[in-house]
Amino acid sequence: MSTGPDNIENLVNRRYEHGFITDIDTESFQPGLDENVVRAISERKKEPEFMLEWRLRAYRQWRQMQEPTWAHVKFSPIDYEGISYFAAPKSDSDRPKSLDEVDPKLLETYDKLGIPLHERARLAGVAVDAVFDSVSVATTFKEKLSDVGVIFCPFSEAVRDHPELIKKYLGSVVPQRDNFFASLNSAVFSDGSFVYVPKGVRCPMELSTYFRINAANTGQFERTLIIADEGSYVSYLEGCTAPMRDENQLHAAVVELVALKDAEIKYSTVQNWYPGDENGVGGIYNFVTKRGDCRGANSKISWTQVETGSAITWKYPSCILRGENSVGEFYSVAVVNNHQQADTGTKMIHIGRNTRSTIVSKGISAGNAQSAYRGLVRVMPQADGARNHTQCDSLLIGKQCGAHTFPYIEVKNQSAKVEHEATTSKISADQLFYCRQRGISEENAVNMIVNGFCKEVFKELPMEFAVEAQALLNVSLEGAVG
Amino acid sequence: MLEIKNLQASINGTGILCGLSLQVNAGEVHAIMGPNGSGKSTLAQVIAGNDAYEVTGGSIRFNDSDLLEQAPEERARDGIFLGFQYPVEIPGVNNAYLLKAALNARRTNEDLDEVDAFEFLKLAKEKMAMLGMDPKFLNRGVNEGFSGGEKKRNEILQMAILEPRLAVLDETDSGLDIDALRSVANGINALRHPDRAIVLVTHYQRLLDYVEPDFVHVLSGGRIVRSGDKSLALQLEEKGYDWLREAANA
Repeated sequence: MSTGPDNIENLVNRRYEHGFITDIDTESFQPGLDENVVRAISERKKEPEFMLEWRLRAYRQWRQMQEPTWAHVKFSPIDYEGISYFAAPKSDSDRPKSLDEVDPKLLETYDKLGIPLHERARLAGVAVDAVFDSVSVATTFKEKLSDVGVIFCPFSEAVRDHPELIKKYLGSVVPQRDNFFASLNSAVFSDGSFVYVPKGVRCPMELSTYFRINAANTGQFERTLIIADEGSYVSYLEGCTAPMRDENQLHAAVVELVALKDAEIKYSTVQNWYPGDENGVGGIYNFVTKRGDCRGANSKISWTQVETGSAITWKYPSCILRGENSVGEFYSVAVVNNHQQADTGTKMIHIGRNTRSTIVSKGISAGNAQSAYRGLVRVMPQADGARNHTQCDSLLIGKQCGAHTFPYIEVKNQSAKVEHEATTSKISADQLFYCRQRGISEENAVNMIVNGFCKEVFKELPMEFAVEAQALLNVSLEGAVG
Repeated sequence: MLEIKNLQASINGTGILCGLSLQVNAGEVHAIMGPNGSGKSTLAQVIAGNDAYEVTGGSIRFNDSDLLEQAPEERARDGIFLGFQYPVEIPGVNNAYLLKAALNARRTNEDLDEVDAFEFLKLAKEKMAMLGMDPKFLNRGVNEGFSGGEKKRNEILQMAILEPRLAVLDETDSGLDIDALRSVANGINALRHPDRAIVLVTHYQRLLDYVEPDFVHVLSGGRIVRSGDKSLALQLEEKGYDWLREAANA
């Protein structure tokens, strides 16, 4: 075998062709976390010095913190030294070449969910070059956005290209030492999304559309920052109704939203991470910190979430209502089946005068699952005329599941008006028989009743996702009765 | 059409029906009367297939099929309709939505095309006008916050839309004022048809002034103790049920 100069040149060129990207992507860190790991992550991402310093401060604080134990969930201890903090994405050769190689069960689920054909390959992790030409579509979107000055890019790109915005806003809503998982995320976050909507701009599209086509493997420590400058509007959707599998059991994301004067942010989540099997084996631990800051007068932040996945969900998308007349909203559907556990809810912190908040929480428990609503409404002394309305409904399917409600209300201003309504109901045998007597199968009857129960929340979702979310609920509750 | 032979049924281990036999042919209207606790509602529920009741003996045939082998939804799609004594509330589920799903389940079973939203609305409005119902009913949750009378009218509306082969109406007349009773009765009479049978379960003769039955049966102790024509109902009204109970024991 000859290794003449030509061959050597070929080899060199070939390696160069794939570039350093290949080198970085195929490398995983050894499990464990120390300052060197944090430095290495920052280095891999070619971050500026300020970002590294920020990560290191978070890391040092995290070292002194304890994992919280107050949530109504049970799980075996997490070994933080057993996690690799820089995981390489799968290389193309490990991936399925086409949909024919994908688990038929997964494809069946896509079908039930009505996922468009051209999205299925990407969702199933088919190697990129086999995926339909989504790239050109994504580029069109990107041009449309940059025409109006909207910045929408991976977080790591924003750190390099827009350091002034990152410096100003990162950690300004969720400080580094906010809580155990947020600190961990601040130290080792992998990637995520960055959005900046300039003054007076109404973002010309649901950022969901773009996201679904372009979603990258953002890893287990996702970091998202959305800034709506004065008088702007943006609607953002994260996640997907399609089932997402991931080898990483622990997910600790942080999302920060900043709404300046007269701005509005609508943030919708559809979360469908792997929930574990029917016996409660496996599944994602989803420990998320999401918070929005209504920093300016008349600003508005609205959270809508449909949570059906994960073995354990621990998340409280919150609003800090700082600006006068600012508005916070939280609409939630959380479904737990089999052995899933969810402790979720919101916090509404009223600081400004005449601030208003609305909470609508719908919890559905089936199988052996446990769900808890945990919500805080706090009215500070200066928040004259603050108003809150909370409605918290639980629906039980079967005899082994549970629903729990933990409302916290702290009012320090006499003029505040806070209302809390709560109901717990069961799908009764009488309701099911009634539907069946009308020719509707038991499964369809359950779907109908559950969708009726969630209607108030679904109508807050972007149209195309409302339809998918309904289908998702039906799939999540399959076999819940009988 | 419906042939019940020696039917025995119990709930939570207590026997309610003890050898009931009944034959109902197409085109007929039967009234089942009897004192409280005689098993009238149990009979209705067992025909519809409520699994809270255990069938311990006997048989029910509906046209060519063994009814006891079929799930409630299969019976419904084959054209058995139960008008409930206490229609259940299903909050959040749109009345029109449930009705359209029910109609299409039945139509699919009969190899007919499903109706779309427009066709359904047209049909529903037509039937509602006949029953003197406000079209707003369609957009409310199923029986959600309905008055007793509204719930009963809603049952009749469902029946009118589904056009069943066999309608079993369980105490549809109870709790109705005279105007409501009249419109419910009109709804039932409008459905009388040579291909259709109607079984009215009732405690009082009142409804039978408006819907004239071909046969009247008296249920007591889980069996039919006497059958006759509509004059039997008038006799009962006059003499009460004790008269028959004594006659049965004699």
